[in-house]
Amino acid sequence: MTQAATTDPAGARRRRGPRMTAGRFFAWVVMIIILIVTLFPFYWVLRTALSSNAALYVDPSAIGPVGTGFGAFARVFGQQSVEEAIAQGGSGASIDFWRYLRNSIVVATTVTVFQVFFSAMAAYAFSRLRWRARNQVFSLFLLSLMVPTIFTLLPNFLLIRQLGLIDTLVGIMLPGLFMTPFAIFFLRQFLMNISTEVEEAAQIDGASKTRVFFVLAIPMTVGPIATIAILTYINSWNDYFWPLMVSYTDSSRVLTVALGNFNAQTPQTGPDWAGLMAATLVAALPMLLLFMAFARRIVSSIGFSGIK
Amino acid sequence: MTTAPASTGARRRRRDDTRLALLFIAPATIGLLVFYFWPLLRGVWLSFTSWDVLTPATFIGVDNYTAMVADPVFWNAVRVTALYVVINIGVQTVVALLIAVLMQRLSQSILLRSLVLTPYLVSNVVAALVFLWILDFQLGIGNNILEGLGLDRVGFFTSEEWVIPTIALVNVWRHMGYTALLIFAGLLTIPPTMYEAARVDGASEVRSFFSITLPLLRPILGLVLIVSVIGSFQVFDTVAVTTSGGPVDASRVLQLYIYEKAFAQFDFGYASALSVALLLLLMIVTFLQYRVTRAGQSDLS
Repeated sequence: MTQAATTDPAGARRRRGPRMTAGRFFAWVVMIIILIVTLFPFYWVLRTALSSNAALYVDPSAIGPVGTGFGAFARVFGQQSVEEAIAQGGSGASIDFWRYLRNSIVVATTVTVFQVFFSAMAAYAFSRLRWRARNQVFSLFLLSLMVPTIFTLLPNFLLIRQLGLIDTLVGIMLPGLFMTPFAIFFLRQFLMNISTEVEEAAQIDGASKTRVFFVLAIPMTVGPIATIAILTYINSWNDYFWPLMVSYTDSSRVLTVALGNFNAQTPQTGPDWAGLMAATLVAALPMLLLFMAFARRIVSSIGFSGIK
Repeated sequence: MTTAPASTGARRRRRDDTRLALLFIAPATIGLLVFYFWPLLRGVWLSFTSWDVLTPATFIGVDNYTAMVADPVFWNAVRVTALYVVINIGVQTVVALLIAVLMQRLSQSILLRSLVLTPYLVSNVVAALVFLWILDFQLGIGNNILEGLGLDRVGFFTSEEWVIPTIALVNVWRHMGYTALLIFAGLLTIPPTMYEAARVDGASEVRSFFSITLPLLRPILGLVLIVSVIGSFQVFDTVAVTTSGGPVDASRVLQLYIYEKAFAQFDFGYASALSVALLLLLMIVTFLQYRVTRAGQSDLS
């Protein structure tokens, strides 16, 4: 099929149009069912968030919003008075959503900037600089790729505690600031495939290797750096287990941890589903927007070029 | 400096960069030593101690391990986790393979691939909460549909027999698109000429799937399986948010048990022993998988 498409576009077009065989039709039906399963929950979140909680309890299954309004969002962002919130099915507890949002942004941004920069430096050293134990040291980094995260979490928690950084944003960020083996590996892979000619020419002109790194290597790998930065940002934003260990109060609580607390805060009258779905939507939206903007880049970065 | 002749430049290039390299890998090395290797050693050491964080750790030999072997909650956690992994990986691999082959056959558009990947972009916490709502016993659309079909309502997160399959499927929902894209990338490495040849020989789609696609995909499928099984064993977020291990111990997976031992009962020694057990379990499973799928070797020659 791909062969036909590359060598004979007219033939491919012909085939795609009227030659809709029964098998192809069936395959599309299956694909569409898969897409519905994939995307329906997103619609349901939106529909619930735009409903009023009281109406949800009366009519939970209407396909559109019930008691339509933005009350749930107002509740999430603390724009409703306590009485109003309780009347609409909220817990009335003060949820400092802006603070969680801000914490999430601070953590994800800081981790991304430092981790990608330091990983790029290491990747440069592992691909461009000549030094004796290069390959041996690199294989140590590869080894750390095999260590499951759970195994490092408990001791890392103890270390953060010894450093007195429990319940601080720095404590949440610190283990991720320096590198991830994957980022180094990913960036090194790209640097290995870029010709060294330009850099060599620059060095002949007297540029130092440090200068070459900043002025040439980084700009030339801006594509892969952007990709790994986006992936790092998303992972950091979505992380739950580690921040759950480190944060105890609102001062360091990030969005995922705050949302995860929901079950414990259910009001007597039953959960505030509308409010919860509104909060969920707001928490997920930045990543979905980021994805929309960079879908092509993210989608095509997923493959095995990085693993082999 | 700028006037340095080409010959010195060339010599400098061949020169050893060790000092600069050490500078460049310094931050990453700190990260590696402090947050990967040191915790690894410390975790193993702690598993031989009794420690409640407040008083100093005392060495107790293999007591944690003997206690673990006799601990019914531990064995239950192993069983629950294994059940979770089997359902999660089984369903996820089949569905992802289906999606990947459909994408290869129907359309390779970026839009389709992006739509399939979308659930992967939201956190486990978000996915868990969304399905907590969709599958709610009273109000969830899932149960209302079941009732509409004349079936009984299901306590997806509240009945002992449903809770693990439900959590496994929630995570299938989140990960199937990502896995499908990995497999899809593998499919692209199969030369299209092989399909052309099969078509000329009159082979059906189903036949060429089983005699071309699957055998040639085996090494990549093997790698995908190894990576996703390792991830699957570390399930925590979904369970912590939806059931906290309940009902009773029906969804108390290993990681949740480790977390509770450490952070609810402050038994860091025992929790460390549990994570060593999880690590060993992972190593054995990975090794077996590697052998069975022969993930390292390709038949494409």
